[in-house]
Amino acid sequence: MAQQTVLFAKHVECGAKMVDFHGWDMPLNYGSQIEEHHNVRQDAGMFDVSHMTIVDLKGPNTRNFLRYLLANDVNKLTVSGKALYSGMLNEAGGVIDDLIVYFLAEDFFRLVVNSATREKDLAWINKQAAEFNVTVTERPEFAMIAVQGPQAKAKVATLLTEEQKAAVAGMKPFFGVQAGSLFIATTGYTGEDGYEISLPNEEAADFWQKLLDAGVKPAGLGARDTLRLEAGMNLYGQDMDETVSPLAANMGWTIAWEPSDRNFIGRAALEQQKAAGTMKLVGLVMEQKGVLRHGQKVVTEGGEGEITSGTFSPTLGFSIAMARVPASTGDTAEVDIRGKLVQVKVVKPNFVRMGKKVI
Amino acid sequence: MSNIPNDLKYAPSHEWVRDEGNGVFTVGISEHAQDLLGDMVFVELPDVGDTVAQGDDVAVAESVKAASDIYAPVSGEIVAVNDALNDSPELVNSAPYGDGWMFQIRISDESELAGLLDAAGYQSVVDED
Repeated sequence: MAQQTVLFAKHVECGAKMVDFHGWDMPLNYGSQIEEHHNVRQDAGMFDVSHMTIVDLKGPNTRNFLRYLLANDVNKLTVSGKALYSGMLNEAGGVIDDLIVYFLAEDFFRLVVNSATREKDLAWINKQAAEFNVTVTERPEFAMIAVQGPQAKAKVATLLTEEQKAAVAGMKPFFGVQAGSLFIATTGYTGEDGYEISLPNEEAADFWQKLLDAGVKPAGLGARDTLRLEAGMNLYGQDMDETVSPLAANMGWTIAWEPSDRNFIGRAALEQQKAAGTMKLVGLVMEQKGVLRHGQKVVTEGGEGEITSGTFSPTLGFSIAMARVPASTGDTAEVDIRGKLVQVKVVKPNFVRMGKKVI
Repeated sequence: MSNIPNDLKYAPSHEWVRDEGNGVFTVGISEHAQDLLGDMVFVELPDVGDTVAQGDDVAVAESVKAASDIYAPVSGEIVAVNDALNDSPELVNSAPYGDGWMFQIRISDESELAGLLDAAGYQSVVDED
């Protein structure tokens, strides 16, 4: 029996087609995935992301612990509320998960990790935390709703108290703030402006309804996937996993090599991989008919690669993909689509931002 | 509950067939099939004049979710294709039994019709999905 979020009844009310997503009963779409996609790019949509795992870390040694646990360096976080994206690596330099860490106070950081990796993440974090004396607490009592799109903030604002509005006023991207019962963060997985809002489970259905009444339309996992892919954001388990180096997953920018004396899990392996060279994750664009799909073979002069994520891009009107290919790959490649080799353009894996084409 | 019109015949691979008279049959995919596939983004149609055998893959429906082969439910010659799907593949979602039709076949062996399912027979295929 799949788990349900506290918003399950609201999804059914909204006409959702529910599917099993790593053990959670989640909305795939509420009718048309493409309409939901456009609505997020052009107006405001909302996603139930309550299946994601919130983990609070407490104790005076938390910062030092995270500097060891994560490939990115939480010493970049100096202002309370600031967030950082990072990979959590194993000793071999493979990605156990990608996550967002919020610096809330010197003895209090918050992680938001993927749902599909929840158990292994918690086991790994707990194991590593033991010698740092850090308290690890999962927060299943929170639901999470992502409100995304150019009108997202304005529509959320109609639900906020004066104190909450003041708390989020002028908040830059990648910050989070506790405002009354809401933890409001300027993060997302769509490449649009908006918030990810954590709130107590018992308030979630009411908040969802108020967002609906404010004109925010629900969007499902299908639209979430096409939006994140257009934005060039990785999906854990598809674009990278424990067998893949962040260097081969377009996550090189999340590795903080300096200061060079910071020891973090996976560092030694990463340094070897960097010296030896790795594959690279690129974007592919195919302007003719057809759709690039996960698992299709990519042929380049320097050898073969594979599409990790592929889709039809509703914003661009043609197909895009992310692919892991040899480092020598140039501006073009060929993809084996159902037995036929089709030429595609190779670009940086970032296709649409803030409603605009960036390729 | 998926709509399965009584006046059509069906293949277990989710194509429907409508008798237009004079040995011509219109083919599309069922409401259940389009629902499984999700929003359609491209439909690759056969060429008019193609000769096809029952069970041949003759068209491809590409949705946001997957590329799915469409099989010829009967043998014959392709006599028309729905060009409107080039610009509006979503017709397959919005009107699977109407404007979302895919192609027409002039049947070469009428006996193949007897092997197709009626609405009740197709309903049991859907129920097993």
